[in-house]
Amino acid sequence: MSYPTDFRYTKEHEWIKSDGKSATIGITNHAQESLGDIVFVELPKVGTELAAGKTFGSVESVKAVSDLYAPASGAVTEVNAELATAPEKINKDAHTAWMVKIVLKNPGELNSLLSAADYEKFVAEEGGH
Amino acid sequence: MSVVEATTPAIRKTALNVLHRQMGAKMVEFNGWDMPVEYPSSGGIIAEHNAVRTGVGIFDVSHMGDIRLQGPEALAAVQHISMNDASRLAVGQAQYSALLYSQGTFVDDVIVHRLGEDDYLLVINAGTRERDFNWVRDNTRQFNCKVENLSDDFTQIAIQGPKGVDLLQKLTDANLSVVKFYWVTRGTVCGLKNTLIARTGYTAEDGFEIYIPADESTSAMVWNRVLEAGKEFGVVACGLGARNTLRLEGKLPLYGHEISDTINVWEAGLDRFCKMEKPEFVGRAALERAKTEGLKRTLVGLEMVERGIARDGYKVQDDHGHEIGYVTSGSFAPFLKKNIALAYVPPGFANIGSTVKVEIRSQGVKAQVVPTPFYKRPRKN
Repeated sequence: MSYPTDFRYTKEHEWIKSDGKSATIGITNHAQESLGDIVFVELPKVGTELAAGKTFGSVESVKAVSDLYAPASGAVTEVNAELATAPEKINKDAHTAWMVKIVLKNPGELNSLLSAADYEKFVAEEGGH
Repeated sequence: MSVVEATTPAIRKTALNVLHRQMGAKMVEFNGWDMPVEYPSSGGIIAEHNAVRTGVGIFDVSHMGDIRLQGPEALAAVQHISMNDASRLAVGQAQYSALLYSQGTFVDDVIVHRLGEDDYLLVINAGTRERDFNWVRDNTRQFNCKVENLSDDFTQIAIQGPKGVDLLQKLTDANLSVVKFYWVTRGTVCGLKNTLIARTGYTAEDGFEIYIPADESTSAMVWNRVLEAGKEFGVVACGLGARNTLRLEGKLPLYGHEISDTINVWEAGLDRFCKMEKPEFVGRAALERAKTEGLKRTLVGLEMVERGIARDGYKVQDDHGHEIGYVTSGSFAPFLKKNIALAYVPPGFANIGSTVKVEIRSQGVKAQVVPTPFYKRPRKN
């Protein structure tokens, strides 16, 4: 699975796709792979202010609970309601199964995130083998 | 629970470890053992779980331990150290039981197999292997019987699911149709003579556990032949993840969760495996006292009513948010497709239909007490 080059990535394994004003957020293919079967997603309500680096929800596989970290700050404008009843969509295609959309508070925040190439390198190093 | 004790020199591996890695299993540390938690090639935990419910799955459970008691007073020794009544076992029969501390709490839960006239095999948990063996040895010194730790002698493979019998029958000359649930037999399996075959398991499903020599080549040969023979039944390799969700649906206790050295038999609801009519066994006196004192907490099954998954250690609250107990195990149940949990609560909250809350990330999420086991396998007759 390749990582889209027009996304930015966090070391906590979220992706963000932005047009400079608003952005879409999800978790990476690597994240879904290491979680295994995803059975529950908890997302914020529309209007919630996300703060970069802070948790905004959680995702649970059969075995584990993981926090979701906001790649950037901003107010939630849309939530992917489909994931409440079909969380397995994230396993099927993590890069299209988006979680929330936000209006960016500070688009400059994205500059500090990883590029696709850097993220792939990071994942390879984190795996250690 | 997953902490390796200081005395454990290194993480331990079963004879099938290399094979699991070759199959691409995700490995985790479990009670000091490097074990497969799931096989992405099998489709992951949910697919593995449902294969066992509807077809057949195989597990490497070699991390389980084995203690053999043999000799003229083997029965007396087993009776002294376990709560079930081993005198009821015919040769070839097995029973679920437990070893108790004098306080009536759990050293471990075990399966007692009667292999011969004066020959008993206790199958014990991985995390408590050494402690169990020392405890059994120390508490049976007064009996004329030999106590052996055979834990490293066997590779134990569990073949579980309604099609397990058809799969294993292809590989053995033993007539499995006459082996009832919780009975054992011996037969040639994959060319290995006199192999112990037990119709037991930890999945709340029909199935078998076979005990073969623990060397790597024999273990790999049998594992691969089971997978090959199982192709027509859709067999998949299953890891500890599915083993846990399968046993949870069947309300089978897990040491360190539903049972432990601070939980007694009555609290755990294992009354029917504890034979108080036996005049004596370790823990009996304390259980007698505990019975007259009454229960302070009891194990219940919960089903989440609101959205959320209860997890081990989460607090249970009453409707007003007061803490009343805790979750021992909780998960999405892959076959039932519900979020279920086991929890200790005061008896006043244990009635079927009672509502409680589970504290999930600082929120009280509504759950209901439901009948257990959550899942009961359909019996053929």
